[in-house]
Amino acid sequence: MKKEDVPQDLGALGKVTKEICYATDENGKYTTQLSNGWDIKSTALDTAWQNVEERIAAAKQKVLNKEASPILFFMEKALMDIEILAGYTGFWQWQVKRHLKPDVFNGLSEKKLQKYARVFNVSVADLKTMTVNEA
Amino acid sequence: MKLDFNHIQAAHCENGVTVGLLKNSGVQQITEPLAFGIGAGLFFVYIPLLKINNGPVIAFRTMPGLIFKRTCKALDIPIVRKKFNSKEAAEKFLNDCLAAGHPVGCQVGVYYLPYFPREYRFHFNAHNLIVFGTEDGNYMVSDPVMEGTNIMSAYELERVRFAKGALAPNGQLYYPRENKPVTDEQIKTGIISGVKKNVFNMISPLMGPIAGVNGIKYTGNKIKQWRDKLGTKEAGAYLAQLVRMQEEIGTGGGGFRYIYGAFLQEAHAYISNDDLLEISTQFTASGDLWREGAIQAAGIYKGRLGSQEDFNKMGDYLLEIAEIERKAFVALKNIKWK
Repeated sequence: MKKEDVPQDLGALGKVTKEICYATDENGKYTTQLSNGWDIKSTALDTAWQNVEERIAAAKQKVLNKEASPILFFMEKALMDIEILAGYTGFWQWQVKRHLKPDVFNGLSEKKLQKYARVFNVSVADLKTMTVNEA
Repeated sequence: MKLDFNHIQAAHCENGVTVGLLKNSGVQQITEPLAFGIGAGLFFVYIPLLKINNGPVIAFRTMPGLIFKRTCKALDIPIVRKKFNSKEAAEKFLNDCLAAGHPVGCQVGVYYLPYFPREYRFHFNAHNLIVFGTEDGNYMVSDPVMEGTNIMSAYELERVRFAKGALAPNGQLYYPRENKPVTDEQIKTGIISGVKKNVFNMISPLMGPIAGVNGIKYTGNKIKQWRDKLGTKEAGAYLAQLVRMQEEIGTGGGGFRYIYGAFLQEAHAYISNDDLLEISTQFTASGDLWREGAIQAAGIYKGRLGSQEDFNKMGDYLLEIAEIERKAFVALKNIKWK
């Protein structure tokens, strides 16, 4: 890539910091050039976020249909999977998997619910009712 | 207390941390391309069946941690590397290092990294930064992908050092044990061993079908099946993941191929074999083709393209790239080191 061809499409990162790209100058010698971003990769990132949004919406529907507990919704919202959630709550993965079932969730102790609520940064009441308080 | 430390921006975090720490400990010659090349950073792997962030696992560089390790080893610099079970012990050790005058590299997760833009905060645990000072319970942080330095509270730093999930950092930190300059001769030896290791990783038959140049070819052929197997939408999401791994912060563009091209040019200053310059242009060509492929991929994930022919064309880009890189690495393998 030639230095003058380094794209300067302002993206999410470009607003915070410019990033270094390696490119060649008029003599073919490598140099670095700061870039604001590139459309192609901004849309790749947008695509990833669209997928996240769809997964959250699907999770929400599952909870409303009583096919899953609200933990699924908050887990997707925090971009987590079972392994990550187990890591942050301190539960085993098989426990988290069980807690995703509505029946099991409804019988969870206050103490266990508290662990989830803390990781998701919500109150236990909001956890149960799938309420999100956008800060 | 703030250590005397120069923040250096780099394309890639681990290269940047390696350069920052080594420059600070007396290795004047080190640059990002040299660290990347001596550390044999260039790679490709596609791991089928495994998923990360609900997409395919594709990497354009070597395993996290290896660049620092290999570069220091090649330059004969002893390192300290530690992981922790306890957060208190991790913080105390960090404070002790700073008190002893060592800036320290830390592995962190980016999800809770406060100065990162929201859009970039996924659960990715192989990010690296340097801590170079502490004051009033806050830490001074040099993150190589950022233009400037940042301040983090003790809690914020602890949270990212103990991020959870795949590749959990467990508070891992590392730094060169002693300050010592290296000779140009050592750099030269490091370059040769780095190239040899990279040749092995990219074209040795022992690396199997999914890694190195074979892996690129394998992925190219897989992409042609994605449309039928996954449906256009999911296939588009897969391609978006490929492009993110290839172009997102840290790669210097073209899936690290440009940085490798720069490395071979810099190597020429230590080893005056003109073949290095010629092979460097082949990596530039490869990087350019990776980016052309990204444009094709974007057509698909934006929904502008979507026929089987479009997927075939996408796959063919990778097959062509595989051939270019195979030739380049064969040339590197046969080069006469004088």
